[in-house]
Amino acid sequence: MTESTKTGALNQPFTGTSSAPSTAFLEVRDLKVHFPTEDGLVKSVDGLSFTLEKGKTLGIVGESGSGKSVTSLGIMGLHRVGQYGRQRARLSGEIWLDGKELLSADEDEVRRLRGREIAMIFQDPLSAMHPYFTVGKQIAEAYRVHNKVDKKTARKRAVELLDRVGIPEPHKRVDSYPHEFSGGMRQRAMIAMALVNNPELLIADEPTTALDVTVQAQILDLIRDLQKEFGSAVIMITHDLGVVAEMADELLVMYGGRCVERGTAEKVFYEPRHPYTWGLLGSMPRIDREQTERLIPVKGSPPSLINIPSGCAFNPRCPYADVPKGNVTRTVRPELTAPDDAGQDGSRHWSACHMSQEERTRIWTEEIAPKL
Amino acid sequence: MLAYFIRRIFSVIVMLLVISLVTFGIFFLFPKMIGTDPALYFVGKQSDPIAIEGIRQKMGLDDPILVQFGKFVVGLVAGRTYANGPDVTQCAAPCFGYSFKTEQEVWPLLLDWLPVTLSLALGAVVLWVIGGVATGVISALKRGTVLDRSAMGIALAGVSLPIYFTGMLVIAVFSDQLGWFGRPDATFAEDPGRWFNGMILPWVSLAFLYAAMYARLTRATMLEVLNEDYIRTARAKGLTEPVVIGKHAMRSTMTPILTVLGLDLGALMGGAVLTEYTFSLHGLGYSAVRAISEHDLPVILGITLISAFFVVAANLIVDLMYAVIDPRVRLS
Repeated sequence: MTESTKTGALNQPFTGTSSAPSTAFLEVRDLKVHFPTEDGLVKSVDGLSFTLEKGKTLGIVGESGSGKSVTSLGIMGLHRVGQYGRQRARLSGEIWLDGKELLSADEDEVRRLRGREIAMIFQDPLSAMHPYFTVGKQIAEAYRVHNKVDKKTARKRAVELLDRVGIPEPHKRVDSYPHEFSGGMRQRAMIAMALVNNPELLIADEPTTALDVTVQAQILDLIRDLQKEFGSAVIMITHDLGVVAEMADELLVMYGGRCVERGTAEKVFYEPRHPYTWGLLGSMPRIDREQTERLIPVKGSPPSLINIPSGCAFNPRCPYADVPKGNVTRTVRPELTAPDDAGQDGSRHWSACHMSQEERTRIWTEEIAPKL
Repeated sequence: MLAYFIRRIFSVIVMLLVISLVTFGIFFLFPKMIGTDPALYFVGKQSDPIAIEGIRQKMGLDDPILVQFGKFVVGLVAGRTYANGPDVTQCAAPCFGYSFKTEQEVWPLLLDWLPVTLSLALGAVVLWVIGGVATGVISALKRGTVLDRSAMGIALAGVSLPIYFTGMLVIAVFSDQLGWFGRPDATFAEDPGRWFNGMILPWVSLAFLYAAMYARLTRATMLEVLNEDYIRTARAKGLTEPVVIGKHAMRSTMTPILTVLGLDLGALMGGAVLTEYTFSLHGLGYSAVRAISEHDLPVILGITLISAFFVVAANLIVDLMYAVIDPRVRLS
């Protein structure tokens, strides 16, 4: 099983009939990441598609276990080496990067892309950096894997990058160990490590979750500045809508391993169409809200990814589950649809809900928006 | 750092003193408890009372125990003169006293036995570290496969089988039946080839036991390390698997292994009793057993102190090594 996902289409650029090479910089088509376990098949990601162009930022939002991190590891090809948890993942679908399909590419080819064209910033920089090697060595190592340079040059490059990400006295700090850095400095060093090869795609997996609030904003600013400078595409993965609201060009809301809403950040933020997105917005603390008003949490807990309910996965937690939905069969999963309301740039606003668009627009404008 | 080092050395000395006091107390009170006179051990049962009294005077056996201990410690550092009138015996430092049995000085005896034990321990350690760690790493990387299961099965057997069983088995098969290897019956100085050939079975038997433990430890640690975030980071950088495993994962895996290794080696250098006995290697362990059966208290005391010294020194070295291996550890 593992072999089939790994090498099945090794000699062909792609398999399946619907596949044509993508013209987008990054295109993910019907990505599925399944983990066979003793209890059953865990469908961490179950049919995810999106595109991303250079210089743009895509925010992927969802709660723990919605499949956002697994998606990024799939793009990195990290499912091929090592294991997440106890079992190897089974992947299907297509991931096109710059005209190359990654899932069917061989491991060494993908490895060469890792760290050079696709780089990743991880959530907790303390555990994500090796405790026994100096920060400088770890950055230099990332540079030397992909560039034939001597240690001295790589070290210079590391100092340069540390300087660029705003670490004071970089020529001294280059010899420090990760535990000698503060949390924010560590995340800066992590970013330096990710950017050392000028990657075209940068995946930031909850880059600010482990940091103080004051440091969060600095790190986000840094990522934004660097994106402008390097022109990379950025995927920002977070459970916090506030983090991506001002950074992302486009937002993708994930629930139970699937996309439930996708659109420009502006649309998703100001005219959200999915009850789960409403829940996310409602549970966000805001300074301009009356103190007497309570946050509105999303009730219940995320679905088990082994037995995703048939029909809408959000149904058990949806406050509007009882709203009449015409002649929709409840056991059918709602598909992503976008009313013909493309924005000026041709972007469309997708959502997956059984309620009619009119009904949802009404609920949002009349019931939800005034409370936020 | 230097202050720490000095403090640790000092505490090592104190610890050795305490260990020797306790041992000294036990072993020199023991004859009194069973109602014999230590002097009798020196002169034999048929001796006349005058000779016994002479020995008692000469060895200072009538002094209070603490005075005797004080003289013993001074003897360790500065040597000691036993005298009873004109009967004077000089015992050079470090003076561990005289064997009751052979009336030889203990220290030269220890120096005879020590190389045997050291060569057994050091030869075995090379084998078991290479074998155990390699097996553990491969098992971890191939987790759940037939290879892993059989390696861990053998390791379990290795941990459970006592050395006198495996030792006897390999002697019966490889020495008696096949005649591939001899018995350890020559020292290195006498005949290096013969010595090496004779040491192979003891090395392998002892190493098998430890390799089994190290394989299990390595496998468990490696599996834990492979789940660490920084291993994922290493892969995300595009490093090849050999670098990820050999450099990043191994570096962390080796820390607990080196700790255990230091302590095991320290303990083994004080004598691998069962192995030495099984293969009739006259090292510290073998001699300790013999000394115990012969109630040769000065020898027992000497071996105990040497063993304690190795264990305590190994502990110190392990602690110092930590600071080198793990930059997060500050010595203070």
